[in-house]
Amino acid sequence: MNLMEYDAKRLVLAPANIMLLDSALCHTLADVTAAAERIGPCVVKAQVPTGKRGKAGGIRLAATPAEARNAAEHILGMSIAGHRVETVMIEAQAKITHEYYAAVLHAPRERCSLVLFSTEGGMDIEEIAESRPEMLRKHWVRTVDQFDELDANAMLAGLALGTAQSDIARILVALYRRYRETDAELIEINPLVQLADGTIAALDCKFVLDDSAAYRQAALAAAAAPDPSTTLERKASDVGLKFIELDGPVGILANGAGLTMTTMDVVSVLGGKPANFLEIGGDAYTKAEPALELLLSKPEIRALVVNFCGAFARTDVMARGVIEAWQRLGPNLPVFFSVHGTGADDAVALVRDAFGVEPFDLMEDAVRAAIEAAQ
Amino acid sequence: MSTFPIIRRSDRVVVIGMTGGQGTFWTERMREVGTQIVAGVNPKRAGETHLGLPVFASVNAVMRSMQADVAVMFVPPAGVRDAALDVIESGVGGLVMLTEHVPAHDMLDVFSASDARGCCIVGPNTAGLVTPGEAFVGIMPGHNNKVFSPGRVGVISRSGSLGTLICLNLTRGGFGQSSFIGIGGDPMIGTTSLDALKALDRDDRTDAVVLVGEIGGTMEEEAADYARTMHKPVVAFIAGRAAPPGRKMGHAGAIVAGSGGSYLSKRTALEAASVTVVDTPNQIVGALAALSPALATMSA
Repeated sequence: MNLMEYDAKRLVLAPANIMLLDSALCHTLADVTAAAERIGPCVVKAQVPTGKRGKAGGIRLAATPAEARNAAEHILGMSIAGHRVETVMIEAQAKITHEYYAAVLHAPRERCSLVLFSTEGGMDIEEIAESRPEMLRKHWVRTVDQFDELDANAMLAGLALGTAQSDIARILVALYRRYRETDAELIEINPLVQLADGTIAALDCKFVLDDSAAYRQAALAAAAAPDPSTTLERKASDVGLKFIELDGPVGILANGAGLTMTTMDVVSVLGGKPANFLEIGGDAYTKAEPALELLLSKPEIRALVVNFCGAFARTDVMARGVIEAWQRLGPNLPVFFSVHGTGADDAVALVRDAFGVEPFDLMEDAVRAAIEAAQ
Repeated sequence: MSTFPIIRRSDRVVVIGMTGGQGTFWTERMREVGTQIVAGVNPKRAGETHLGLPVFASVNAVMRSMQADVAVMFVPPAGVRDAALDVIESGVGGLVMLTEHVPAHDMLDVFSASDARGCCIVGPNTAGLVTPGEAFVGIMPGHNNKVFSPGRVGVISRSGSLGTLICLNLTRGGFGQSSFIGIGGDPMIGTTSLDALKALDRDDRTDAVVLVGEIGGTMEEEAADYARTMHKPVVAFIAGRAAPPGRKMGHAGAIVAGSGGSYLSKRTALEAASVTVVDTPNQIVGALAALSPALATMSA
């Protein structure tokens, strides 16, 4: 879950006393004019939970309220990486002497956290790592919560930061603390800047909340922007199912993320095109009925593969769900089964009785038949 | 000596959350195949007996009255951190974490403690470990002999459902399994593909390895570097080639971001290390037969 810049600054950085520029969140052009009158020369920034806003034309400078209004008129309603711009942030312009990069994030490979800092701010971290690796400092926090100003200063040594170093060290420590407090996957300040008067301020902020911790981060989760999703995807999410719509004609219902992805892969390898990702694994194995209902409301689907391999999930329970939904909705759609694992003897018998067909022994054969039927 | 994460019948297992519905069901299945369960844990039912086994308040309490080698937990996400820290503090050497959706910051606490105490963690979000005909811990159909049969092929999988299908295919193709190591679908896990590959490389009951990977992260690439040095043949299947970029494919770990973690990157790295990478799960049997025909000695 990503926060938009305005919320990330307000909810994540402000409580840590990290300096921010004067700003306002605006929904309408009237809001923009009023904010620009109060703030003065400003930057008009599209509020969408994605990077590359500048390149997409979503960030513009404005010297006067009229210019701000004009810029906002262009930006509001724009689409950036699939996100429609509903709000803009009006932020004071500032005289900048240096641009830095700072971030704290998970390091899955080392199973710990990583603090990043670079004197080359303002560009993508991938670019920094590529073009000026010697200016990128990394500090892995291997013992959780053991990151203090000594560590931060050691990390910054040799970067010729001058008097800014101690302030930046304090900010890195504060950033790590907020990362821990907010269940962040990532907090990134790019750029972190030194202003003409020497103070260090955050000009942008990217924040990613760990989905699994949303239950204990209510304020952040409520502010988080939803992933770009279709109506059906949102409907699935409401009933606790992970559904991703794709553009092919072969519908897929399987259990477990690995098996579902693999079913999609096999459709693709055998020359077909999958219509979706939809899995009912883990605790969701009792949800075959709502899952099938979702698939049947997608008119592009011309054939369906039902691929179950029960480990934890019981295939008999899943098969019963499919059959119940099928009998209730009576779809006119060819369906091809492959069923193995926990509960498979019962599941195969249920499918045989309800559909009068024998499930395919190999998922590859079920997929092949579905691709042919979808043509 | 413990072979963990290869599970053995000699491993004495504690089941955390044994008295719950899933804990009870899977404890019975684990015992069916001969897994040596020695105790259960439930703070609210300490002192009671369940399934004929003693129930303790904590793994620390278990270890004060008996010996145990492995703990497996049936615990909801919010309780995982404290339960895992209890295991690590108790000195139990192996911990299998089945729970999906554990907050990552809780796992940072857990890994920080396990690194300090030397506890080997499998998961979270794993379906468990199976040594066919001998023992299993977790929520795999380790008791189902249509799926698992004893043999000499080691299997590593991020996914339980796909791992099950692949073991079933192997069994039907005449290739029994020396051990199944489910490593879990989360991005940050205790035992990686590389760790599991090393364990199976050391194992003298394993002659070949099937590595079942997924898009996301760089675990398969790291495993490839090691596979290059192995004498045992490795066959790999990587799930997710048809997945759209930037979307989490059910497993939190299965997301391709930027240039990292893509299907092509993994396949290229594995093939460069002389690993046979197959296109569909059913091709694994054929690839193994071509590499080591002598392995298919199992009578189905």
